Formats: sequence, structure tokens, C-alpha cells
Amino acid sequence: MENQLLSIITFLPLVAAAILALFMRGDDAAARKGAKWLALFTTSATFVISLFVLFRFDPSDTGFQFVEERSWILGLSYKMGVDGISILFVMLTTFLMPLTIWSCWAVETRVKEYMIAFLVLESLMLGVFCALDLVLFYLFFEAGLIPMFLIIGIWGGKDRIYAAFKFFLYTFLGSVLMLVAMIAMYLDAGTTDMVKLLAHDFGHETFSLLGFQVVGGLQTMLFLAFFASFAVKMPMWPVHTWLPDAHVQAPTAGSVILAAVLLKMGGYGFLRFSLPMFPVGSEVMGPLVLWMSAIAIVYTSLVALAQTDMKKLIAYSSVAHMGYVTMGIFAANQQGVDGAIFQMLSHGFISGALFLCVGVIYDRMHTREIDAYGGLVNRMPAYALVFMFFTMANVGLPGTSGFVGEFLTLMGIFQVNTWVAAVATSGVILSAAYALWLYRRVVFGDLIKEALRSITDMDRREKAIFAPLIAMTLILGIYPSLVTDIIGPSVSALVTDYHAAQPADGLALNEGHDE
Amino acid sequence: MTSADFQTLLPEIVLAVYAMLALIAAVYSGKDKLAAMLVWATAGLFVALALYIGASGEGERTVFSGLFTDDPFARFAKVTILLSAAAVLVMSQDYMTRRELLRFEYPILITLAVVGMMVMVSAADLITLYMGLELQSLSLYVVAAMRRDSARSSEAGLKYFVLGALSSGLLLYGASLTYGYAGTTQFAGILTTLGDSVPLGLLFGLVFMLAGLAFKVSAAPFHMWTPDVYEGSPTPVTAFFATAPKVAAMGLIARLVQDAFGGIPGQWGQVLAGLAVASMFLGAVAAIGQRDIKRLMAYSSIAHMGYALIGLCVGTAYGVQATLIYMAIYVTMNIGTFAFILSMERDGRPVSDIAGLNQFAKKEPWKALAMLVLLFSLAGVPPMVGFFGKFYVLKAAVDAGWVWLAVAGAVASVIGAFYYLRIVYFMYFGAEQEPVDSRMAPVQWAMLAVVSLAMVLGVVNLFGIEPAAAVAAEALVR
Repeated sequence: MENQLLSIITFLPLVAAAILALFMRGDDAAARKGAKWLALFTTSATFVISLFVLFRFDPSDTGFQFVEERSWILGLSYKMGVDGISILFVMLTTFLMPLTIWSCWAVETRVKEYMIAFLVLESLMLGVFCALDLVLFYLFFEAGLIPMFLIIGIWGGKDRIYAAFKFFLYTFLGSVLMLVAMIAMYLDAGTTDMVKLLAHDFGHETFSLLGFQVVGGLQTMLFLAFFASFAVKMPMWPVHTWLPDAHVQAPTAGSVILAAVLLKMGGYGFLRFSLPMFPVGSEVMGPLVLWMSAIAIVYTSLVALAQTDMKKLIAYSSVAHMGYVTMGIFAANQQGVDGAIFQMLSHGFISGALFLCVGVIYDRMHTREIDAYGGLVNRMPAYALVFMFFTMANVGLPGTSGFVGEFLTLMGIFQVNTWVAAVATSGVILSAAYALWLYRRVVFGDLIKEALRSITDMDRREKAIFAPLIAMTLILGIYPSLVTDIIGPSVSALVTDYHAAQPADGLALNEGHDE
Repeated sequence: MTSADFQTLLPEIVLAVYAMLALIAAVYSGKDKLAAMLVWATAGLFVALALYIGASGEGERTVFSGLFTDDPFARFAKVTILLSAAAVLVMSQDYMTRRELLRFEYPILITLAVVGMMVMVSAADLITLYMGLELQSLSLYVVAAMRRDSARSSEAGLKYFVLGALSSGLLLYGASLTYGYAGTTQFAGILTTLGDSVPLGLLFGLVFMLAGLAFKVSAAPFHMWTPDVYEGSPTPVTAFFATAPKVAAMGLIARLVQDAFGGIPGQWGQVLAGLAVASMFLGAVAAIGQRDIKRLMAYSSIAHMGYALIGLCVGTAYGVQATLIYMAIYVTMNIGTFAFILSMERDGRPVSDIAGLNQFAKKEPWKALAMLVLLFSLAGVPPMVGFFGKFYVLKAAVDAGWVWLAVAGAVASVIGAFYYLRIVYFMYFGAEQEPVDSRMAPVQWAMLAVVSLAMVLGVVNLFGIEPAAAVAAEALVR
């Protein structure tokens, strides 16, 4: 039973989706309500079961736990399991899904299909974090595109078609390169079992390709192929351009899931594949990634300042925050990686909440233009408070989880590359600038817009959705050991192995010429 | 010639005799009265023979003094051909009856074409190869022009015939060169004459034959006939073109390069790789601008043939296995897709305009969902079975050291994803307008539903075709 827990969590939403698809008839108010309740119930049940996993999880064991393995086609295996790195992503997903479902209570178009799409998406996201077989991972990773494509395309805004296609094709291109790399890995190691691959030594002898010396050899090539996929997913500058479009056009719940969970797949991928499997390749490409992250933090923060659309602004701020994550990961020390994971979890709560905040006023006014608002505090005090809280968390105010993530990643990177740390730190100031300025323009000032005079404050349901998010942001901000105790041993093992795998005599750039 | 020889050839003999008898029966019973019944009887016979071949015999036999061979590879291809032909036949009966297209010649010509295909995949000699190929092609030329009162159908038939004759000419020229330099027409004989140095004439012969066969699988740059013929022919005929003949021609290429030229994989590997890359990219790029779903499917099949060729060009048993599995998945997907295309109509007239699918999902959620699965499967998006087909061939390519080919295939699949997505876009997000009607006979519905379910459930174990394909591939590549 215990060994099947992860499969149960992963496929429970899928079963509910199948029930919805097959047995729910009609499109009247009752059917719509039934679909919503079933989805809410299933996602909540998934969360409860995942709590079991969390409580039975032994953080001191750095290996995989709850492992289930069966044989499958093509000599592949169906293998699921979690370790300290992945378990919290599973928790993040199961925690956010009921809130997301609850937040779309007001949706009235094609409700049944909407719920099915989200349930299928949850299954696939959980599958990504639990899969321990290369192809199984790829299967979940790619399949997640389909429901998201439909969510943006069917329930999205005005330019939803463009955004949906851009989203799909960008991520698909990244992923197929990863697939080729996966095949190459299989041929090198003779297995697709990720546990064995983690222990496998991929070659890092410099070879020459079309006249270029490939330092780090096979590892660098594999790293680049995986990088193409994860960097797009993350998204990293300069391949982030799909994200603002997708976010702006996606419905509120879609944006929440996109920002809170889907983006984390990129970071999870770096931690699961790039760093432990290609340590030499990571070391070779590390400086480039660090600088790309630093540029992302500063550049996208500046871009965010110029936005007139609230969702777009938050989307650019997400890209900037993901810059801290990649920076922390490729600092490759305990603080950096701890901070990166922490930042991802915290960003899951905060950005999800911010998109919900936009959703609250969008539901009332049907516009996301910043200029259309102003002085909301006069009519919506509770909203102003919640929005203030998450704006501060987004900026990284001490006491909120945003601070811990930024601080740890910056501390990690400072030990590795002071210049990158200096550039990235300036991003903290910029994030305060755009976030507070947004807040001032939307919430403060006099209520002079005619249309806003009758706007109502948040109702009980909306408040109830925000409550757990506020709680999590505060708890993690005040007591971060809750997270670091769970991830600590696994991260420490990861970092130790990473440094142990570096060649003793260093990787001189002209290594190839000597031979 | 012994009785064992005839017994090996039994399925082909049964089919040929059946075609003659059916022809006589139909002629004496008045025009087209028997047509509907013949369609079902033919399909039933196909299925029965497929079961017989699937269950019969192991090992391999080469009979008629090395003209004809029966091995696991031939049996795998024959079962695929027979089953897909049967599926297309029963699917088209309702469509053709309602449009008064159903003549008794249709099932008979299809039967003859199938006999040709079965001979093709069993060919062990250049003469057998040519006989099978021509029997198939001649029947198909006629079927393409079956709608006699339609200029486009006649054009399709004529175009197919002229270009097909040209390709047969190329093939024959290549075969004669090969005979001249090898001194024999038997594949086994050709294989033994290949030494360290290959005469230039023999290479010329090989290239000419490959060009002729590339025409039959519609691999770029020999694909020009495909879009026009697909568009002009009656839809059931198009469905047939897209399935069984492709398997037969692909099987024939595999047989020729492995059985006759297996000693020089370096020579034909490059040619096939070139064809594969050209097909994948041409299919993916040219399909983007198409508005007619039948033309789109033509380019789609060109692209798919490119992927299937990847498995062949690497020259390993694993590659052949990948191609066989790819083809089996490909025909299955196409049967489902054409079951849907057959049902598209407006005011009783067939429609093939993609824009007519606008908002189709609102009107027919189930059919739209089934199509959604098929389209994602055609695009090779996991977890649909189509992904495993692509995964197989790419794995075979990397396995044999053709990494660049795998990368090219991966890139082309992204471009290709766009036009499949465009159909999804029309069905789910398109502008508000009255979509086409979708009138489906129960059998078409069943095909669509079964195929799309198979595309999802196949993830579990691919319905066990893997070991069969492995045995087939090992029999061919020694």
C-alpha cells in the first residue's frame, strides 16, 4: 500500500477527470456545480493523501522513498518515488490545486471541460515530480502541455490563440531536444532508470566537433540539450518571451498554476538532471547560466517597470524571481540550492496569490489595465491588505518567505561569484520599485474613476482562498527550517556529489590540445 | 514446384481466386447489386486471412526457386496490410453508397491491389518485386479515377498513372542495370556478388530503384503526386492510399535494401537518410499553408514516411523494428482520422475545408475529443502512442550513431506540430459559425472511438506488437 501511495496521488485526479468526462451529463447549473464540487473534493483528497506521504517521509534518508517499480514497454520501467528535493514540489502542487479550483467558482463557460483540464493537469504535474524513469518523466513533462494549451486557448483572453500556440511550440521545441539527449543518455548508460543514471558517470573528455573543442565533452552536450528544455520552461532570459503572453491571456486559475507549479518544473529539472547527472557540464556552463540569471533579474525588473497590464507586470516579476532560482542552483553550494528550492516554493505561494489578486479585481471590472484602477483602498480595505501583504512578500520583506529565498540564494552566490551577486542584489531594489509602484497606482490615491465607485470588497470565499496562502507565506518566512530540514540532507548529498565529481586536475580550456 | 510452394502462396491464391469469382458473380447478378455485400465479404476475408497468416507457420520458406519468400517480416507486413485494408473498406461502404459511388469493381480492385502488396512484401526477386508493384499500382490507378463524372477524380487518376508509370520506368531501368552488373535477379544472388568493390553500375541501379520506390511511399522529392491525388480521389480511396500501400512500399524498400544490398549499408543509408530528412521537413513545412484537410493529410503522410525511413536507413535490426512499429501506429492513426474526415459534410455534400471545423467541439464534443487525441498522437506528443513511434525511430537512429538525423527529426516534429494544432484550434477555439455536420455510420464511429482509445491505452504495452515486430526485424536483418 505504502509503495503505491505516489501512484494513487498522481492518478486520483485523472480518475476524477474520467468520471467527469464519462458520467456527467448536461450543462445546466446543477451539472456545473457538481463538476466543481467533484474537482474540489478530489484535489482536497489528493492533498490529504499527500500529507500522509509527507509525514511518513524520512528526511534523513537521502535516497528515494515510496518507490514503486513495474516493467513497461520498450524495456522501460514505470518507476515512481520521491526524495527530499521532489517531495515539497509534490506538496506544493497538491496544496495549491484545491485553492485554484475554488478560485474558479465564478467560471460559467464549459465548466465541466475546465475542471477536467485542471484535474488532468494536476495528474501530469505530480507525475513529473514523482517519475523516476527518464521516458516516464518526459511523458508527464510533455503531456502537461496539452491541458495548458487548451486552458489558455479556450478560456483565455482576447489574443489567446497566439499565446497558446507560442506557449506550445516554444516549450515543445525545447523538449524534443531533451528527448534526443535522453536517448543518448540511455545509450551511454544502458538504462532509463533515473536512480541508476544519477550514479552513472557520463563522459567528460573534451572532444572536437566541427572544429570546436567541446570542453566537458558528452556532459556539456547533454547539459545543453536539457538546458534548452528547462530554460524555456523556467523561463530564463532570453527565452522568456512566451511567458508574459501566456500569463496575460490565460484565465486566472491558469495563470496561478502556470506561475506556481509549471515554472517550477524547469527548476526541478535542473536539480534532478543537470546538476547531479552532468556535474562537469554544469561547471563548464555554470558561469554563463549565472550571468544569464543576473541579466534576467535586472532586465526583466526594468521591463516590469514599464508595463501597463497588471498580469504582464507580475509575469515579468516571475521571470526575475526565477533568475534567483537558477542563480542559486548553479551556485552549487548548500545555501544556494537550499535557497533556490525555497524560493521556488515561496514563489509558488506568492505569485499564485498575486495572480489571484489580479483575478479578484478582474472579475469585477474585466480589465487588467493599471490605469483603470486607483484608490481601491477606499472601497476594498480587506483587498488592499491582502494585496499589500503579497506585494511585500514579492519584494522580499523579512518575515515573509520571499525574503528567505532571496537571501539564501544571494548568500550562496556571493561565495561563488561576487560580481553576479552584486548585480543580482540591485534587482532586489528594482523589484521593490515596480511592486510598490504598482501597488500605489492600483490601491492608493483618491477614488476618482467613475466605474470603481460601486466596486465591492472581497467576499467570504475569496478571503478563505487567500487565508492559507498568507499562512504559508508567514510560516515559511518566520520558521524556514520547516523546509530546509526536509530538503537539507538531500541537497547536501547533491552538493557533495557535485563537487566530488569535478575532475581533480581541473578542466583546462586547452585540455584537448595536449593530447 | 511442389505443393509446399503453393501452400506458402495460399493466402495470395485465395485472394486472387476470390477476386475472379466475385467479378463473375457481380457481372451476372446485375449492376452493383452485390456491391455492399461484396465490400463486407472482402473485408471479412481480409480479416480471416490476417488471422490465418498471423497464426500460421514459423520460420521462413523461400519457394518457387527463390522467387517468393515467406518470413516473419512478410507476415507482419501482410497482417498490417490486410487489417488496415479491411478497416478502410468497411468504413467507406456507407459513404460510397450514399453518394452512389459504390460499384462492385471497388472491392474487387482493392482485393487485387492487396494481392499485389502481399507479393511485394514477400518478393525475393526483382521480377516478383515488379509484378507485385504493378499489380498494386494498376489497381490503384483505376480506383483513384473511380468517380468518373468528376474532373478532379479523373485528373487524380491520370496524374497518378502518368507519374506512376514514370517511377515504374525508373525502377525497371534500375532493375535492369542491377541485373546487368550482378548477373542475377534474385536478391540472394545479388547479395553474394557484392564484394569489397561495388561496381558503379550496380550503385546506379540501386539508386534508380530507390527513386522508383520513394515515389510509391511518396517520400520527398518524389512526392509531387501525393497532394493532388489525395485531394482529387474520393475520400475512401484517399484513406486507402494513406494506409495499406504505404506499408507495402515501405516493406518493399526494407526488403530490397536488406535482402539484396545488405552488404553495402553505407551506400543506401545516405540515400534513405536524404529522403527521410527531405520528407520530414517538406511534409512539416508545406502542410502549414493547407486549407483542405485531405491535402493536409497528404503532407502529413509525407512527413510520416520520413520518420519511417529513418528506421530503415540506419540499417540495424532495431531500426527495422522501429519502422515496422511506426508503420503499424501510422496506419492505425490514419484509419481513425479518415473515419472522421469521411463524416465531414454539409447539406449532404462532403466537405474537406479545415475552416469548416470552426467550433466543432461545441456541436460534437465526443468526436472533437477523439480527433484531439488523434491529432496530438499524429503530432507525436506524449502520452499518445504516436509519440512512441517517433521515440522508437529516433532511438534507433541515435543507437546507430545517426545523431544528426535524430536531431533533424526532433526539430521537424516541432514544425509539424503546428498544423495539427491548427486543426485543434479550429475545432476548439475557432470563430463562431455553423460547423460542418458530422454524419457517421456506426462503423465509422466505432473506428474513430476505438482508434483514439487505442492511442491513449496503448501507452500501457503497445498492445504487444513489440515482440512481433522484433521477430520480424530479426528475420530480415541478418
